[in-house]
Amino acid sequence: MNKSSIGARLAAAPYLVWSVLFVVAPLLMVVYYAFTDDSGNFTFLNFAQLGSYSDVFVRSIWFSLIATVVCLVLAYPVAYLIAMRHERTQRVLVMLIMLPMWMNFLLRTYSWMAILEDTGVINSILSKLGLSPVHMINTPGAVILGMVYNYLPYMILPIYSVLAKLERSMIEAAQDLGANRWQVFTRIILPHSMPGIASGLTMVFVPSVSTFYISQKLGGGKFDLIGDTIERQFQTSYNYHLGAAISFVLMVLILVCMAALNKFAADDEGGLLI
Amino acid sequence: MKRRFACTLVFTLLASFVIPLLVLSAEAQDETVGSGYINVFNWGEYIADGSDGSINVNEEFTRRTGIKVNYSNFATNEDMYAKLKSGGVAYDVIIPSDYMIARLIEEGLLQKLDFSNIPNYSYILDEYKNIYFDPNNEYSVPYAVGMVGLIYNTKMVDETPDSWSILWDEKYANKILMFNNPRDAFAIAQFLLGMSVNTTNPEDWDRAAEKLKEQKPLVQSYVMDEIYNKMESGEAALAPYYAGDFLSMQQNNPDLALVYPKEGTNIFVDSMCIPVTAQNKKAAEMYINFLLEPEIALANAEYICYASPHKAVVENPEYSLAGNEVIYPPEEAKANTEYFHNLPKETLEYMTQKWNELKIGGSNNISIYIGLVVVVVVVVAAFVIRTIRKKRQNAYIDGPAGDK
Repeated sequence: MNKSSIGARLAAAPYLVWSVLFVVAPLLMVVYYAFTDDSGNFTFLNFAQLGSYSDVFVRSIWFSLIATVVCLVLAYPVAYLIAMRHERTQRVLVMLIMLPMWMNFLLRTYSWMAILEDTGVINSILSKLGLSPVHMINTPGAVILGMVYNYLPYMILPIYSVLAKLERSMIEAAQDLGANRWQVFTRIILPHSMPGIASGLTMVFVPSVSTFYISQKLGGGKFDLIGDTIERQFQTSYNYHLGAAISFVLMVLILVCMAALNKFAADDEGGLLI
Repeated sequence: MKRRFACTLVFTLLASFVIPLLVLSAEAQDETVGSGYINVFNWGEYIADGSDGSINVNEEFTRRTGIKVNYSNFATNEDMYAKLKSGGVAYDVIIPSDYMIARLIEEGLLQKLDFSNIPNYSYILDEYKNIYFDPNNEYSVPYAVGMVGLIYNTKMVDETPDSWSILWDEKYANKILMFNNPRDAFAIAQFLLGMSVNTTNPEDWDRAAEKLKEQKPLVQSYVMDEIYNKMESGEAALAPYYAGDFLSMQQNNPDLALVYPKEGTNIFVDSMCIPVTAQNKKAAEMYINFLLEPEIALANAEYICYASPHKAVVENPEYSLAGNEVIYPPEEAKANTEYFHNLPKETLEYMTQKWNELKIGGSNNISIYIGLVVVVVVVVAAFVIRTIRKKRQNAYIDGPAGDK
């Protein structure tokens, strides 16, 4: 700490300026709008209106919880398998995971529409094979699929990076001491990958709970999430105050979730030390 | 008015390659002719750009006058308003719609035009003069005109619809698309209920909202640009949309047809205006006058597929869309049309509140609540068990240590 020279501080200055301008200032503006009315007076009225939005909050949290769990279930084996490969193979595989992210997020979601529609790719293949079509688009499942598809890499990468750094000697030591495969996994590998899982959970949950585009395109505008509601307050209702209040509550919710998650992760590290 | 998303993307991509070239060439010209630039703010895909052998209008303007055109797009009137208000760029020419112009005039954001610099104004048809938002023709010059129509797929809809009520017909459940913006969506319900789209009576809005709620279970999805794909592929059978955009859908799927329902529909005019913040009013008026040159107006009318308010265009024998019944409907179809007016703030807020209720309500079922409660209980239980276990562990470890 005391080693931070003037040079180091100068090097940090651009980011400091950046975060004050584009992180702290906007946050303060959100707080300001959330607690004021049109004439700039302090008020709690914006929050009093939130009761009618409870359905949206509940739906958003539920959808993103499911998406997060699905991501975790899908991502963990993938991350594990990648981490166990030869280093050069690892690099290629990680790049393959990131590949879809090179394409624009909106484009990818848009193409899911064409895939899932009743006259879309999947259903036209099904009908060619003589099978009955499946209705997929504009259902909650489609929205969750969109979330999983878009945010899966954010779950794989942190878990992978933790697993890749895991000392092989620890596994060997456990094996030497007579642990079977299951015990090695639950006692060594899983606890050590907890920090990766924790950051993966946050990195998937936070963007999915606040997403607004996926539900509009894949849910047919019939399963509005918090993000959609906020967007509408700013874009069509011009009600910045209510929009800010909803954003504020969303931020608090996310903070609470992250705090709980961090508590878990921290406990685990404590467990490791013991 | 609202153009295809994919097109916009492709256009943006192309533009990112082409614009630097344009700027370079424009700069090269600037050295020889040289006299400033103007900032023009218009809808996406709303000006002839030289594709398909048409005239590149902005380049042509630069070629003739030496004035560079910084051209940028907006997607909705509301976006335009927000940008204009923020004052980041001083726009010289903007082309918003009727109700937005009314609002801009009301807020003192537009300046009066000097019509002696716009002699081509004489080409504007009389029916597009003295419209409510600019009763004395001081602030705006009409650019394009459109109406909302009912688009349907003739292969999927047996009858020939003549009423908005078909959008409430259970026979077509899950084949119906609806506007994903409150003003346009409410307008459909309001025409059907026989009320004005500019009503300020909350009870009227309640009734319209009720009507939309009734429709929600039948609606496949609420869309804007996605309508192109969904109508062209036959995913949906019925949709209200802007008639100009219908023509390009029909090119891709000839089974599509459009009618103007008997209850009436929304008509809109997009007009050229000069904001008070304009830096180069003279050049802006030159630009407006230039857009009214018969061959330029013709090129634009051909390109954007909306009705032209320009006498020389509609009377031009070479105009391929002349007399097209979709964009130039017979008088009886236009009999019941109504312009959007700028609604007072309270009404606007009430409308969006009703729209919110429509969009968020209804589809949650009790199982989601139960599911969430279960998750919370499980998490809390896991947390408690873990803490207890840890305490025991610590007690076990601390025990011998404490003996020392």
